[in-house]
Amino acid sequence: RRGWRGGEGLSLPCPRGRPSPAGPGAVAKAEVEETLKRIQSHKGVMGTMVVNAEGIPIRTTLDNSTTVQYAGLLHQLTMKAKSTVRDIDPQNDLTFLRIRSKKHEIMVAPDKEYLLIVIQNPCE
Amino acid sequence: KKKKRTMRGTWVAQSSTFPSPGHPEIYPLVLTTQTQEIFNCRIDEDVTDEKPYKLIKKEDILADFKNRAAVSDFYPVKKVIQEYPGDDLLVVYDKDFRYGLNFYLIGTEEGKENYLNRPEVPEEQEEYKEHTSEDLYINKPPISKPWVSLGSEKEIDEESVKESAKQITYMISRKRSEFGAPVKFRDQNASSVKDAYIECTAYPDKNFIVKQLEKDVGMQVVPKVKDTSTQTRWTYPKNASTQYYPREFSEEEKEIFGQSKPLIDFLNNASISVEIALQQNEIMNTFIDDWKCLAEEEGTFGDKTDTHLKEYQSFTDLHNLTENMVTSVSWHPTIYGLIAVSVAVRLSLEDRVHFSGKLLLQPSLILFWSFSDPIHPQLMLESPDDIFCFKFCPSDPNIIAGGCINGQIVLWDITAHADRIENIKTGGSRSKKATLKPMFLLEPDSNKEAMYIRHCAVSSIENGHKKVITDIHWLSDTFEINRMGSVFENRNGICCQLVTCSADCTICFWDIRSQKALTPPPIEKKKEESIEIPFDVPSTFLHLDLSWKPLIKIRLSKGETSLDHCPTKISLSEDHLLYKAQDKILAQSKVVKAGEMNPYHNLEGALANNLKPIEDFCTKFFVGTEEGGVIYTDWKMERDPETGRLMAKKPVSLYAVHDGAVHTVQRSPFYKDIILTIGGWNLAIWKEGITTGPLLQSCCAPKRYTAGHWSLTRPGVFYIGREDGYIDIWDLLEKTHEPAQSQNICITMITYIKPWTFTAKQQFIAIADYYGTLHILEIPWTLSHPSTNEASSMSYYFEREVKHLEYVERRKKIREQEKKEMELELEKKKTKTYQKSKEQMEAELKADYDNYLELEKNTLINLGLIKVPETMSFMELM
Repeated sequence: RRGWRGGEGLSLPCPRGRPSPAGPGAVAKAEVEETLKRIQSHKGVMGTMVVNAEGIPIRTTLDNSTTVQYAGLLHQLTMKAKSTVRDIDPQNDLTFLRIRSKKHEIMVAPDKEYLLIVIQNPCE
Repeated sequence: KKKKRTMRGTWVAQSSTFPSPGHPEIYPLVLTTQTQEIFNCRIDEDVTDEKPYKLIKKEDILADFKNRAAVSDFYPVKKVIQEYPGDDLLVVYDKDFRYGLNFYLIGTEEGKENYLNRPEVPEEQEEYKEHTSEDLYINKPPISKPWVSLGSEKEIDEESVKESAKQITYMISRKRSEFGAPVKFRDQNASSVKDAYIECTAYPDKNFIVKQLEKDVGMQVVPKVKDTSTQTRWTYPKNASTQYYPREFSEEEKEIFGQSKPLIDFLNNASISVEIALQQNEIMNTFIDDWKCLAEEEGTFGDKTDTHLKEYQSFTDLHNLTENMVTSVSWHPTIYGLIAVSVAVRLSLEDRVHFSGKLLLQPSLILFWSFSDPIHPQLMLESPDDIFCFKFCPSDPNIIAGGCINGQIVLWDITAHADRIENIKTGGSRSKKATLKPMFLLEPDSNKEAMYIRHCAVSSIENGHKKVITDIHWLSDTFEINRMGSVFENRNGICCQLVTCSADCTICFWDIRSQKALTPPPIEKKKEESIEIPFDVPSTFLHLDLSWKPLIKIRLSKGETSLDHCPTKISLSEDHLLYKAQDKILAQSKVVKAGEMNPYHNLEGALANNLKPIEDFCTKFFVGTEEGGVIYTDWKMERDPETGRLMAKKPVSLYAVHDGAVHTVQRSPFYKDIILTIGGWNLAIWKEGITTGPLLQSCCAPKRYTAGHWSLTRPGVFYIGREDGYIDIWDLLEKTHEPAQSQNICITMITYIKPWTFTAKQQFIAIADYYGTLHILEIPWTLSHPSTNEASSMSYYFEREVKHLEYVERRKKIREQEKKEMELELEKKKTKTYQKSKEQMEAELKADYDNYLELEKNTLINLGLIKVPETMSFMELM
């Protein structure tokens, strides 16, 4: 069964790891990597990727062909979902997109410039 | 008189006053019978074909005129007769109605003479006749005749337009002065001048009103049709393709991105919601349908409470007179309803030797039974001696390999008869009573006569096994092994290697391809006569016949002692695939048939040398022995450092759990490392890799177990046959200490059990007994369909058992530990008590003696035997 939800998600405070004592560029990079690593370490997560506004992948944990495929398809779907939500109510906006399929769940967190895609296998 | 026109439009002439057209002297006449009698010109009497004419006197005719007047037939030609110059008139019978009537009169003398003269000169007359007839028909120009009025001028008169009145002529002229002047005409309304015209106004006359109620109007709707055409350029289909590659960022760009602030912010924000979502999924699966998970399978087929095996059919060979027992049973892998059974004579070794002469005459057979014909076997495969085990080749069901009692392997190739067994028609009448007729009385029925098929090849007697072959298996077609026991990939795609074990304590691996690396045979052997092969035996395995040597020979030795293990059954690691691969077999066998060359007929190719070795292949396997032990050993050979010969490795482990010969060593179809071994009076379940012991070992059963098999569809069920003809069905999820149910099948020992699945709804089990009968029973729904979580439950069960074994091991150690400690303490205690001194013991003894004296005294006083001193008060006595 599939289901996807648009709308607002809950907000919870989330602990932050302390940044590594190095230059700002390294800090930034470390933070990015750390966040992605944290997401990836969740139970059942099969892959994580960050995609820019045009659908070009920036960071990924899967192989290239899969990444490119996911990025292209999900980017279009996100655009469509976003426009749907805004058509219905122009003051509304898409915050999260979850696609539940038989085998796994794809979660997309959209933004003005980037897209965060996570694929999880929830059953086991 | 007019000429009548008949329906057909032909002219029928009536007697007319005028001669027929074209013949001026001939006057056709109708002479009635009366007239004929009067003038003696009766047809066929006076007037015949030879003499068709009659001369009649003129006076007679004239007399007839007077007598009969107008009734006379000659009346129409009265005038002609009266004018006739001569006396005799010629009347000719016109048989052919040439002139229209049956007689004609020749009205002139010339004609008469012409006619009469004609028969005198027949040939010339005939020619003349013809000539004249030609002239008459063709050359004679029409003669104008006076016009006969037939009334047509009246018709013309009526229809012609004539002036009924004389025409009035008016002459209008102008005044002379106006001659040549232009004429001026003007219009004038007729009604303006009085009496300028007479009007006949139309008025509705009631006499003539006919109201037209219906009007038949025909209309044609014709659309304007316009045909146009243009010439277009025909474009033919062209394949077009686009090659593209996705846009990607280079590494540097990615790095830049990685450091950009917006990305960090985005990730920080987005990861919150993502993590919430991930955690939600981890906590609970919200999309689960609880009802669905609760329910068992969809509608069951048949009664759920019915758990008994139902008798479906049974096969006995009625033609064979000796008492046989069934040694091995195998279902045909592809054809529905076909089962092969190997029979052996039911004699002990002594009896066999005693009756060996008689036994030689009777062929040892493998019978093919089909469901459609319970009396006659479909095929009979002949072998040199009794077969004790056989198997269909998994990649080609037409190849069968069997192991004999004398240690030979026999190969059959039934490709030629494959269509016979594929299209088995049901026999004429399936009588329930088996007619027991001896074979020589049975009439040979052409399509019922079972075919005796000779074997294709047998293995070499000297180099093979020396005693009965107890088990035979085809190696899977995914790998092959060489002389060292190393595993290589199998490029042929077919099963080409066999493994056998025999009572002479060896396990042999065989290859059915010809060995190229053999030394050329010495010349002496060539002098031997080449055995002629009967024409009906296929030459598939000709290269092997009688010279087939094993590839590897492994001796199961017990070490230093001379007695070796006697293997009864083996189980290799790949065997379980053969149960599930039925669809694969179907596809493969179809491919084999469709292809041009059956790969089995092309086995002359030598073993390829450049095969890729397979690493990490488990070369270990289980062997059951005659003494009741289960051995786990390796087939890889190693070189003995001293002698340099190839030697088998020592077995990894050996367990003695059974009290009798192990007759079943079988891997579960669902778990490739769970093995069931049955022997003697108990059974055991093992897991490959666990060396401490069996996972489950049953207690001794009241009756000996003689056959067994896993269920093909339920992971926790297996069937065991006993020596009293009962089947025990074990369900490990229900009870593990005893069978779940027992059912009686036959009266004697069960020798072989083989279940088989045809469809999801139909599962059969073949049970063979000691008296040679094969029973086919149908497995009910409950025993063939696993419950929803059966597979996982069984896995858990096995895991629990493994853990239990581990626990037992641990506890053993702990217990040993404890035992040691306890013993130590006991030792300590013992030494402590030993340190008691001698004085203490003496003091204790004295105290005891004093107590005793006191007691004695008190007792005597109480009895009144001793006088109590008076100083004691009465109160003290009390």
